[in-house]
Amino acid sequence: MTKQHANWSPYDNNGGTCVAIAGSDYCVIAADTRMSTGYSILSRDYSKIHKLADKAVLSSSGFQADVKALQKVLKSRHLVYQHQHNKQMSCPAMAQLLSNTLYFKRFFPYYAFNVLGGLDEEGKGCVFTYDAVGSYEKVGYSAQGSGSTLIMPFLDNQLKSPSPLLLPAQDAITPLSEPEAVDLVKTVFASATERDIYTGDKLEIMILKADGIRTEVMELRKD
Amino acid sequence: MFLLPVSFSINADYFFLQFTIPIDNGDSVKNAEADSQRTLYPYVTGTSIVAIKYKDGVLMASDMGGSYGSTLRYKNIERMKAIGKHSLLGASGEISDFQEILRYLDELVLNDNMWDDGNSLGPKEVHNYLTRVMYNRRNKFNPLWNTLVLGGVKNGESYLGMVSMIGVSFEDNHVATGFGNHLARPILRDEWHADLSFEDGVKLLEKCMRVLLYRDRSAINKLQIAKITEEGVTVSQPYSLKTFWEFKAFNNPTAGAEGSW
Repeated sequence: MTKQHANWSPYDNNGGTCVAIAGSDYCVIAADTRMSTGYSILSRDYSKIHKLADKAVLSSSGFQADVKALQKVLKSRHLVYQHQHNKQMSCPAMAQLLSNTLYFKRFFPYYAFNVLGGLDEEGKGCVFTYDAVGSYEKVGYSAQGSGSTLIMPFLDNQLKSPSPLLLPAQDAITPLSEPEAVDLVKTVFASATERDIYTGDKLEIMILKADGIRTEVMELRKD
Repeated sequence: MFLLPVSFSINADYFFLQFTIPIDNGDSVKNAEADSQRTLYPYVTGTSIVAIKYKDGVLMASDMGGSYGSTLRYKNIERMKAIGKHSLLGASGEISDFQEILRYLDELVLNDNMWDDGNSLGPKEVHNYLTRVMYNRRNKFNPLWNTLVLGGVKNGESYLGMVSMIGVSFEDNHVATGFGNHLARPILRDEWHADLSFEDGVKLLEKCMRVLLYRDRSAINKLQIAKITEEGVTVSQPYSLKTFWEFKAFNNPTAGAEGSW
């Protein structure tokens, strides 16, 4: 007699797109606020951006139950770090922690597609981009999630990333000013919303600078 | 117990992992034993829950049916229960798992009361607890087969949230489970607004429940509406909605397409 198999999946994709762009003294992290399941919308106002430390902000799309659990783990590890080192974690340190946390569940992964944005120890913007099992890279800009395939080529075109093969190594940090970068982010999301059914409703933008974090919200198409 | 992923991809295009339990025919007794420890499918299920925030708190509606597959086995199941002083929990899905969750919450509320410190669990806390429980069970591949709706009021603030059986949770001004997501949510998106009066809220919920009654096979015409405000929880007596079946389209549904059914 054939054994009946489990007919449910422990994973679901709740959709959404996340983008981050690093500048010379700022970092822009943006994500839409739509949470979906299948062809239904669960919420039009669900934030995918989480502040982990003063200088490190995480944005994750994918399976939101895993994202929430991941965020809790990072938050608690950060608290312990603060108790032990008497200071906040830097963005590069948080980047490594996130990678290790993801790989820890290599054989039952967190279904989370992450972009970590923030300011490094010198105050320059930095963006780290991840896959679901923790392989990561420091980049000048990145897009993850359902609309990433629509957005990434456009960012490549506009932000003219230098070849990683050049010597000496050139920074991929954009020379754009902060208002120009925010404008670019609004443009890419408006475009992605047109063609990606999982992206839309509202756009939440967080701008990190040395003096603090500013948030902007923009309406997107709701269809 | 080892589960082998049949197909596994990190690529975001491929959303689901397919899992199979290794079949060892020489050891089928042991496997059967292991499987009887996990939920594989639901048996007795409740259908949609619909809930909205209104002026004084939260309103929630559910019917009283418990289906056993396609049979309407139970017609007097209360799928909404008060939790502590400030919360109301509604559940769709497997009824026995709902009862299990009520037992977990009983213990939670008991321990909360035993502190005797004047503090009590609010809806946010209960929602968070339930999210953790559901996610944890999903991690062990033994889910509680429910979608839960948690509403409440504490210190004047209304709260309404939902948790699915795999741990996805969110809060909003209006939520619905199962078929309600497809049929009721669009009505609520159109007609819900802040500061609804009690009468308007009930009318809105009844509108949603009527649509569900017409179009959801597992819905029955015996429903309850529960209200939670700062004062506490009240669950109404069961009652039924007036329905109209004499629409011309219902009378002769194949008029436009002879031969179909």
